[in-house]
Amino acid sequence: MSPVLSVQNLSVAMKGANGIVPVLENLSFDVAQGKTMALVGESGCGKSMTALAIMRLLPEDFVVTSGKILLDGEDVLAAAPQALRGLRGNKMSMIFQEPMTALNPLYTVGDQIGEVLRQHRGLGRRDATEQAIGFLRAVQIPAAEKRVHAYPHQLSGGMRQRVMIAMALACKPKLLIADEPTTALDVTVQAQIFDLLSELQDDTDTAIVLITHDLGAVAELADDVAVLYAGRCIEKGSSQEVIAHARHPYTRGLMACVPHLHLGPGLANAQRELEEIPGMVPPLGARGIECAFMPRCAFAIETCRSRPQPPLDIVDAHAAVSCWRHQEIAP
Amino acid sequence: MSDALPVAADILLDVNDLVVHFPAGRRGLFGKPSKVHAVDGVSFRVRRGTTFGIVGESGSGKSTTAQAVMRLIPATSGQIVFGGENIAEFQGERLRQARRKFQIVFQDPFSSLDPRRRAGDLVREPLDLLGIGSPKERDARVSRLLAEVGLPPQAADLFPHQFSGGQRQRLCIARAMAPEPDLIVCDEAVSALDVAIQAQILNLLKKLQRERGLTYIFISHDLGVIQHFCDEIAVMYLGKIVEQAPAPVFFSAPRHPYSWSLVAAAAPPGPLRNRLKAQFLVKGDPPSPVDPPPGCRFAQRCPFVIEKCREELPVLAVAGPSHFVACHRVDEIEAPNFSMSN
Repeated sequence: MSPVLSVQNLSVAMKGANGIVPVLENLSFDVAQGKTMALVGESGCGKSMTALAIMRLLPEDFVVTSGKILLDGEDVLAAAPQALRGLRGNKMSMIFQEPMTALNPLYTVGDQIGEVLRQHRGLGRRDATEQAIGFLRAVQIPAAEKRVHAYPHQLSGGMRQRVMIAMALACKPKLLIADEPTTALDVTVQAQIFDLLSELQDDTDTAIVLITHDLGAVAELADDVAVLYAGRCIEKGSSQEVIAHARHPYTRGLMACVPHLHLGPGLANAQRELEEIPGMVPPLGARGIECAFMPRCAFAIETCRSRPQPPLDIVDAHAAVSCWRHQEIAP
Repeated sequence: MSDALPVAADILLDVNDLVVHFPAGRRGLFGKPSKVHAVDGVSFRVRRGTTFGIVGESGSGKSTTAQAVMRLIPATSGQIVFGGENIAEFQGERLRQARRKFQIVFQDPFSSLDPRRRAGDLVREPLDLLGIGSPKERDARVSRLLAEVGLPPQAADLFPHQFSGGQRQRLCIARAMAPEPDLIVCDEAVSALDVAIQAQILNLLKKLQRERGLTYIFISHDLGVIQHFCDEIAVMYLGKIVEQAPAPVFFSAPRHPYSWSLVAAAAPPGPLRNRLKAQFLVKGDPPSPVDPPPGCRFAQRCPFVIEKCREELPVLAVAGPSHFVACHRVDEIEAPNFSMSN
């Protein structure tokens, strides 16, 4: 079965005063129907740029310099404005980090969900509101018939994100892009939203691209994961494999520097010193052809300095890694 | 709260029945004025050289508590005894001078630094304002502070926008440390940072505590960070502390249903998490702190609610050594089992 989304050798660059600066380099991944692909990394690594490139929403000055994005076989990058409008909403849609700024404060949530249906499905106002109530129920908003007439400010953050999800899924898209969907929410609400997303995915078989910095969320939700660093994919594979046997020093560092909650028998480990990744992600324009993680890497040797970043080395069916020394330093 | 109290000299901060209410308009034109019960009778003690963690969701009152303790917003009532003196009563110059001993680091290092001033001046400012040391000594202290928080000497001449988020937070820490305070409040100080940077800042704060015997109040919504960083933990919900205990006690056997929900939401992926979530994760969002109903604040969402909970407010009562819980049913309901076996 062909994948819902196929990103092939995608490169994005920024046009600045000092010429063209690479932002994303040679990113490739596929997402199949009903599967979830997570993009992981620190800020500035290109996660959100990938999402915006797929949606054709890149900010001004950012251009796709090479590569292909196929959505259900259709070439997104070549789509004319009219065709693009048909793709967005109908075939792919996106939810953002901040549900307050993504909703229009002047319209009721029913109007906003309804608008999607009126635009893309040609429904009348009454039918659209009727269906909006159904969608609000589906995202588990209590008293949906009343809430459909509420304005965004009358809803809590968790509710607003549920409304965003309802809007995004209203036309049963093949692909949902979720850009840090729970970062702005309370912890207990985060857990509910993740549960909701995976329940809805079970029902609708939507493919999801999940952008997150939270490896816990990856373990819970994603089938596959791509770890990005400074605009390059440095490790890729099934999320189980990558989390259990992270091969790239960056991935390993990311996992070690998070203070995980320890309960019961693991309690004694809780207060140990955290492992650090020294330094920070190199800014745009300060990235050479060598491994971008090299200056922060405890395992760096002369090869890492003098040779260009190696391509993703396919270790097995479930893992690929871009590191000169991944075999030597495997734990 | 009377058993196993540490000796008085050990206590740096003793907050007693702190109340912070904000006016919230009226219900209708002629209605009764409403009040936001942001902090509603909170008491806790912080031992010198330790870290006291406050965890809770938005609207729980954790930041308001911190800001009231820092005298940044007025307390409606209550005592804030810091180093033996009730600073809640301090005014004017006396308050200004007292501030050198308690400082705060905020969540957002982007908005808490004046963009038009150089880093060196920003760190020096509290010294100038409080008249600490001679100008020469101040310069020396600024360089020492920058080095201590891991910034290079040339950082002193840069403006805030020339730093990364993590470096800016280091700058905020240097600024907070400048007047050599005894207490630093970290209000979600690492929440806006990337995980790798968060680890750097947490390790820096720990190092400073070891070297200088600093006392921290550490406010966070992230239970993993709280467990890693804190000696004692208070869980707040809608303006009240619902549970308080030393970290190892809390994480081996929390007793309040709301604590269980927080633990369930933060537990690492796996069968234990799934079991805790199914059993204890509460639904919905925290209700509004405007004119809360009588009874337990958590009653609306609590899976173990009984009639009494809706009518009578439970008080924070002893549930074990140094362990305090505000729940009517604390002895009746079975606590979660954290062992992996079942």
